[in-house]
Amino acid sequence: MEKKKKRRFTRALILTVLAGAILYSIISSQEGEKRELLAVGDAAPNFTLVDMDGASHTLSDYRGQGVFLNFWGTWCEPCKKEMPAMNRQHAIYESQGVQTLAVNIEQSPFEVQKFMQQYGLQFPVVIDTTGDVKQAYSIIPLPTTVLINPEGTVTKIITGEMTEQQIAQHMESIKPTEPTAQLH
Amino acid sequence: METITCECGHVNPYGTHLCAMCGRPLSDEEKQRKIVDMRYEGSAVRSKTYNVSIVDKIWNFFSSVKVGVTLIVITLVAAAIGTLLPQTFYIPVSEADAAAYYEQVYGEFGKVYYALGLSDLYTTWWFQVIVGLLGISIIIASIDRGIPLHKSLTNQRVKRHKSFMKRQRIIAEGPASPQTLAQAEAQLQKMRYRVRREDGALLAEKNRFSRYGPYINHVGLIIFLAAIMMRVIPGVYVDESMWAREGQITAVPGMDGYYLENKEFILEFHEGQEQTDAMMEQGVNTVAKNFQTDVVLYKQPEGALPGDTSNLEVVQEYSIRVNHPLTESGYSLFQMDYRLNDELKEMTFNLTNKATNESLGAITIDLYNPEPQYVIDDETRIEILGYYPNFTGFEDGEPQTGSRFPTNPAFFFKMFTPETPEGETSFVGIQQTVESTGNNAYKMAFVDAQFTDISGLTIRKDRTIPLLFIGGFIFLVGVAIGSYWQHRRMWIQQQPDGTLLFAAHTNKNWFSLKKDVDAVREHAQLPIYIDQLAEQEQLRDQEGGRGE
Repeated sequence: MEKKKKRRFTRALILTVLAGAILYSIISSQEGEKRELLAVGDAAPNFTLVDMDGASHTLSDYRGQGVFLNFWGTWCEPCKKEMPAMNRQHAIYESQGVQTLAVNIEQSPFEVQKFMQQYGLQFPVVIDTTGDVKQAYSIIPLPTTVLINPEGTVTKIITGEMTEQQIAQHMESIKPTEPTAQLH
Repeated sequence: METITCECGHVNPYGTHLCAMCGRPLSDEEKQRKIVDMRYEGSAVRSKTYNVSIVDKIWNFFSSVKVGVTLIVITLVAAAIGTLLPQTFYIPVSEADAAAYYEQVYGEFGKVYYALGLSDLYTTWWFQVIVGLLGISIIIASIDRGIPLHKSLTNQRVKRHKSFMKRQRIIAEGPASPQTLAQAEAQLQKMRYRVRREDGALLAEKNRFSRYGPYINHVGLIIFLAAIMMRVIPGVYVDESMWAREGQITAVPGMDGYYLENKEFILEFHEGQEQTDAMMEQGVNTVAKNFQTDVVLYKQPEGALPGDTSNLEVVQEYSIRVNHPLTESGYSLFQMDYRLNDELKEMTFNLTNKATNESLGAITIDLYNPEPQYVIDDETRIEILGYYPNFTGFEDGEPQTGSRFPTNPAFFFKMFTPETPEGETSFVGIQQTVESTGNNAYKMAFVDAQFTDISGLTIRKDRTIPLLFIGGFIFLVGVAIGSYWQHRRMWIQQQPDGTLLFAAHTNKNWFSLKKDVDAVREHAQLPIYIDQLAEQEQLRDQEGGRGE
């Protein structure tokens, strides 16, 4: 009887290991494509990009503040449309600990500079010259806005144009609870 | 139910057909046979022994050859269905338009095919489940049969019971001389048989390892399957693609921290080649000789963040050609595609007096990085008010650009000359000039444009390739062992009455076994053997003949 029990145990073990291996590979391959994309709840990938004044912006420097991360291009119609609203809301929320950061996708400084002048943008605009940050955030359509809370976690990913009201709501949602957090 | 004790005293597991020790038939089935079934040496196939608990039932299900064959057939049929129409991965439209594409191109069948999910069959969970079940079946069937077989083969006794000997296909019985065993041993050894003698009995064996062939090839298959499964582990398998523009540094997808600069794309053709009729028919007039991208691969210093390109280090410079990928840390970058002269890189304009056609100087604009202004001398300069890399038209009087790529560049210039110190504005696109006032003294006359090529590269990394090779190799070794070698055995026994009992067995190629037996008979005095199976068949034929 001892032998029988042992054999049953071995068989059960082998079957479990095999079933586990197959289950794991199936689930991973089904999730595979999703896993490569940035998702809500992920830690926002850190990056460093240079703005139009030559200053470096590193995401982790904004820890403790909400970051309203907007990916855009000058050729993108909805991007142009939401820029003035973002500019106005930035003026309101900057003092409340929400940093607006616009990431231009692989364009020339000239185009970005002209655009900033034309729209009078007050928030920093950085250029992702190599597409590295675009890949890290798996950005496909423009505009895409990633909301990052003061803890550095992605709380929402918005693709497409936003109204001013939505922009205000989004900025509100990532406002630090301590309103003085940005005054370090 | 646990065991069967043979007459010889050996205790066999339940389900054994032939006693492992002496070879006496133990099951009723075997006792009724004239020739024993030597599959798995008559040992108890493990799954045939117990069938009580759930675990045993699942085990037995996967151990079944019938189930295994059914799984193979299902896998084959499913895989074949996936080849009926191109999979979504290979169709020239995006995933969002796939449904419409299948219906449009393949009609009602395409629509159903897509709706059933057959257009992306190989990544569906159910296909992977079937392949997984097949893998389980292979593993369990191998354990279930391989282990008892191995035990029987290694525990073989030299002396077998008469009933075992007489139930072999090739047998002989008759008088013998005292030297027969010694003579046979010498000859068999010459024929490279492994001979064991014990108490008036002889067992000669050759190529026993061939019995392990099927199990070895199963091991190979399992390694192969495991390698494919490993691809889902992050970092093991990368398959990405990128467009690299000449003169640009781009982050390499799938290769964190690496950047690629495309120095130049080169397309060369065979020269002086005559155009054949076949080429004419297909609209081909030249044949490409070389597709090449000269690149520089950069890497960020350790610990640098994405986007930080301030301290890139050159890793290597290389000319990627077809079949000559750039390789770096397990990654390979292959030349896959190209776009020739699709985008412009530079445009040169002459600041020209419209009346006299006199030029005040030329400026060249880098279309990927234009300057805000171009100074010719103290009083002559050109300001760029607007740049539209892919000019698509005016909207509310404002020029629009459709993308960031300079495929149809246009500019808003402000020209300052000694004659016009206030500046004149002019909108200049390809074969298009718009002047706000309509009476400018100067114009920006197009002189020249430089085109740029774009190279399509794929980035591959596959850590599973060595494993796939090992699995494939082991599989082939197993097949070869099982196909080209046969396990041959001969038993010779001196009986108490002075006669000799002989039996021979092989798992395949009986013809060669008989030749071996004949060769032994030339040197040792053996009785004439009979092939019991051939005899049975003859008998059946005769009976059948009479029946008619």
